[in-house]
Amino acid sequence: MHRFILVTAVATFLLLGSGGMVTSHEAGMSVPDWPNTYGYNMFAFPFSKWVGGIFYEHTHRLLASGIGLLTTVLAVWLWFKDSRRWMRWLGGLAFVLVSLQGVLGGLRVTLDMDKLGIVHGALAQLFFVLICALALFTSRSWQNQAEAGSSPPAAGMSEASLPALQNLKWLVLATTILIFLQLVLGATMRHQHAGLAIPDFPTAYGKIWPDTSAAAVAHYNEHRMSVIAENPITAAQIILQMVHRIVALVIFMGVVVSMQLAWRRLGRRDPLTRLTVFWLALIAGQIALGAWTIWSNKAADVATAHVLVGALSLVTGVLWYAVAFHRLEPLSRIEPAGTIPGAFGAHPAMVGNK
Amino acid sequence: MINCIRIFEVSKMKDAKFSRAFLLIAILAVAMAARAADIVGTITLKGTPPPEVPYTPLMENPDCAAMHKTTPTTHFYVVGPKGELGDVVVYLKDVTGKSTGASAPPVVLNQKGCLYEPQILAIQTGQKLLVRNSDNCIHNVHCTPTVPGNEEHNDAQMPGAPDLTYTFAKPEMFITFKCDVHPWMFAWVSVFDSPYYAITDKEGKFVIKNVPPGKYTVVADHRKLGSQTQDVEVKNSNVTANFMFEVK
Repeated sequence: MHRFILVTAVATFLLLGSGGMVTSHEAGMSVPDWPNTYGYNMFAFPFSKWVGGIFYEHTHRLLASGIGLLTTVLAVWLWFKDSRRWMRWLGGLAFVLVSLQGVLGGLRVTLDMDKLGIVHGALAQLFFVLICALALFTSRSWQNQAEAGSSPPAAGMSEASLPALQNLKWLVLATTILIFLQLVLGATMRHQHAGLAIPDFPTAYGKIWPDTSAAAVAHYNEHRMSVIAENPITAAQIILQMVHRIVALVIFMGVVVSMQLAWRRLGRRDPLTRLTVFWLALIAGQIALGAWTIWSNKAADVATAHVLVGALSLVTGVLWYAVAFHRLEPLSRIEPAGTIPGAFGAHPAMVGNK
Repeated sequence: MINCIRIFEVSKMKDAKFSRAFLLIAILAVAMAARAADIVGTITLKGTPPPEVPYTPLMENPDCAAMHKTTPTTHFYVVGPKGELGDVVVYLKDVTGKSTGASAPPVVLNQKGCLYEPQILAIQTGQKLLVRNSDNCIHNVHCTPTVPGNEEHNDAQMPGAPDLTYTFAKPEMFITFKCDVHPWMFAWVSVFDSPYYAITDKEGKFVIKNVPPGKYTVVADHRKLGSQTQDVEVKNSNVTANFMFEVK
């Protein structure tokens, strides 16, 4: 089952990329009907007609159908085979989410609503997080630790580290929530269909803070020459992009501090420390991709990579928190003089719960 | 016999009255038309516009590239050798409720060579806009009005399909028409509630015909350069309103 979930997670990641390409190529409305495709059954649409924007939108729909099938199988499998009640409900939640995603995607087309596109994009990220979490919860290490009960303390782990992990856990949670908000900001920006609101980086129209007066915005629009049907930019869109840049900086600092604290308090060999190092690498890469998106005038592949690394950043924060929570949770039932549990402490509710 | 003569005489009298009434109406109409005048003008551009951008994505699409020998470019700024500015929409501000769109001939927006022709278009409320696919490939016609009462559409149009017909009930400037299959295709259609509008030609000239006497504000609106206004008064002869836009 774990391998099946891993395959589903990878396929979901590809679907995220496919959806990103649809928006990056402004192809979201290239197939005006749903669930059919230009009047054809979706699965019978002639390959010769997969042209232009239709290619991206149609492949996205086909991939989504595949994910729907995988998720349905997964949900049924979990329901009948996993002894943990909470896992069965998570499988059910995955099924509900993927079904909702399908409907949202279809309604976005039939109602021609950009706002639904933003919800569709944000929910896709949450669905990906859920599938990756299911992969973690079905991993051998997670299961083994749970079945083994209490285990030896993790290398380098001391009683003094536990409060640090508690505090760190909240910092990671806050940073992760901020990452999700940043993703929503990004989705909002992408669905304005106004191209790049600010064409340069790290400056903004040559300044640290751009002029957003009516005259300045009119001047920017006079000089914007694009081959895509872009809407004129507005002062609000310019400010939105500036907020996106500032939040990126705050996230970066949050992850840097998380990594430093983990390094000092948990030790460099602790898996959670290593995960924060990986997290920092992702965020640094994400900032680089954000800059490259601007420098490349929003090249579709670069912008889509920016979406994907954002998704990985979100997943990493959530999984870090889940592992930390799993490590700390048994302590709430241990007397102050009791044994310190290991990296994945025992959770009585997870063992043989039918 | 006498009755027949009487009927004939009454009939002649009725005919005469009808003829006089008709003649009076005709005289009044001619008089009114004679008092209407045109608003004419030339629009120029000062300064150098940014360079147009080649439609590189168009040439990367085999269906569309086959229809072009060279790479076409955008034409946001249609500027003549002496600065004449084309594709400026000129209209009378706040003149509403005068639409003759329902009886006006339809206007055609053509998809040819994976580009919209013309790029700037104007119609009246209730007037039919025919969108034609002259290409040998699929297009989708996606218009995105923002004024409540004007309906958004996204319709597939296969090669050789009949023209798609649209009408708009409310005035609105620069409604975007685009094709999501070929995202470089776009046009802007402005809708007016009167017949008093024009689009400048390549020589920057416009004529708004048969404007009734009165005071008006003439608006010149360019997709990139924004709008300018000028107050005029129409009496018995043509009125000139020239505009100059500047790229800074």
